[in-house]
Amino acid sequence: MKADALRSRLEPVLLPLGVAVAFIAIWHFAVRWTGSDIFPTPGQVLTGTAELARQGVLFRYIVASLFRVSTGYVLAVLVGVPLGLLLGWFGRAFHALNPMIQVLRPISPIAWIPLAILWFGVSDMAPVFLIFLASLFPITTSAIAAVQNIQLAYIRAARNFGVRGYKLFEKVIFPAALPQILTGLRLALGVAWLVVVAAEMIAVNSGLGYLIIDARNAGKRYDLVVAGMVLIGLIGLGLDWLVRRLETLDEVRWGLRR
Amino acid sequence: MSKQPKIAVRGLWMTFPGKEGQGLDVLEEIELEVRDGEFVCIVGPSGCGKSTLLNIAGGFLQASRGEILVDGKPVHEPDPKRIFIFQENAVFPWLTVEDNIGFGLMGRDAAERRRIVEHYIELVGLTGFGNSFPRQLSGGMKQRVEIARALAAEPDVLFMDEPFGALDYLTRLRTRTELTRIWQQERKTVLFVTHDVDEAVQLADRVVVMGKRPSRIRAIVPVPVPRPRDLDDIACRRLRDEIFRVMGLDHFGQRTEEAAEPELAQEAEDAAAAL
Repeated sequence: MKADALRSRLEPVLLPLGVAVAFIAIWHFAVRWTGSDIFPTPGQVLTGTAELARQGVLFRYIVASLFRVSTGYVLAVLVGVPLGLLLGWFGRAFHALNPMIQVLRPISPIAWIPLAILWFGVSDMAPVFLIFLASLFPITTSAIAAVQNIQLAYIRAARNFGVRGYKLFEKVIFPAALPQILTGLRLALGVAWLVVVAAEMIAVNSGLGYLIIDARNAGKRYDLVVAGMVLIGLIGLGLDWLVRRLETLDEVRWGLRR
Repeated sequence: MSKQPKIAVRGLWMTFPGKEGQGLDVLEEIELEVRDGEFVCIVGPSGCGKSTLLNIAGGFLQASRGEILVDGKPVHEPDPKRIFIFQENAVFPWLTVEDNIGFGLMGRDAAERRRIVEHYIELVGLTGFGNSFPRQLSGGMKQRVEIARALAAEPDVLFMDEPFGALDYLTRLRTRTELTRIWQQERKTVLFVTHDVDEAVQLADRVVVMGKRPSRIRAIVPVPVPRPRDLDDIACRRLRDEIFRVMGLDHFGQRTEEAAEPELAQEAEDAAAAL
């Protein structure tokens, strides 16, 4: 019994760890056996990362990327959630604006890069704008769907108790929609992180995306290119973990796991 | 009986707009009066429009013709003086039991609200569960939260739309007994929709029997049996058979002579299936 309990607790940690070790080992030996001079081994990536840390750019680039993502993302939340709640509730506004949203939504944020540079120049504002655009659509559409899917009985019960107008949004519509809104927020954060790297490759001179392009252009430092990629992946994992922590709150748990 | 009825249904007709301009006639010429403090059950086969009638009374639907008066005033929209209890359970899952029960008391000061909430938590037997969330409760407990939330708003009238429909058999029996006890303490006017004839006989002062769609009222059967009622009691069994007879069934669920008319027989079978 005890051994079983221990195994079921260790397995979720040990299995992915084993896969990671195997992946790194295969990567290492593949580079060794092919005798590549350009493609780095895992060890070289690690020393490259250490070098960046010593120069002081590693921390600065991570902060720069995270700053752009959080600024654009928070702006998108502040616009997208209220917008989605209103469009989900007011049918006429939804019918008027939804086709417009559906036209804009499939345009990749990357396609906006030239316009972003035109409007904001080579500044932090350009990537922030792209993050904002990229996160706005998943946040808004999930909030719209969340409101449209609210059980009619909740709305009727609230009206029965005399709750209407703004109070209805605050006390019933928003909390009822929150679990699905949170799912959209999680999705949007992933997209935002994807886009910041792409945006930094073009419009700015700091950040993890810039690191990757700069390392390649200035001396074909592929150890630093891969170091940048690994960091992006790990930070993305961390961001997703943070949002998933929110999903365990009592206010939303009822609507997420069944 | 010179007093004005608490609820009066006057010449009520309901037609739902359907495909190709063909409306779906649901209710025809419904007339009903409910006294203050009376418990009235409406029984009928599934789809007969009994829920529709209740939704009109609650102010959630508008009748095609006729009107429903509460205290002599026509009903146009929902009102905290008459609370609707839903079949699908409308307890808010994001609020604790306490906050759910206090939902209709947002205008009151905190101390008074707390006192009322505690009173109703105790009344429905949920002491100790005030800080629980609905997902941590059983179906029967959730339905009791909804009843407590309704009562806490101090309405005169409760509309209950098959409130125990989703509960398992034993929980259902227990919750019925509980409801009788609570009603005897609170003396609200209750209009209660069910397709369960036993449930109606156990709870109601009078049972309104409706026919198949488009429905009219078939009969109104008084239940002059003191509470708490034992369904095995001879008087209850007689009344139940009487209601079945009006619906066109004997107490084995078989068609009776009176129901030889084909339409009636079909309706009786629907009712039997619903049971």
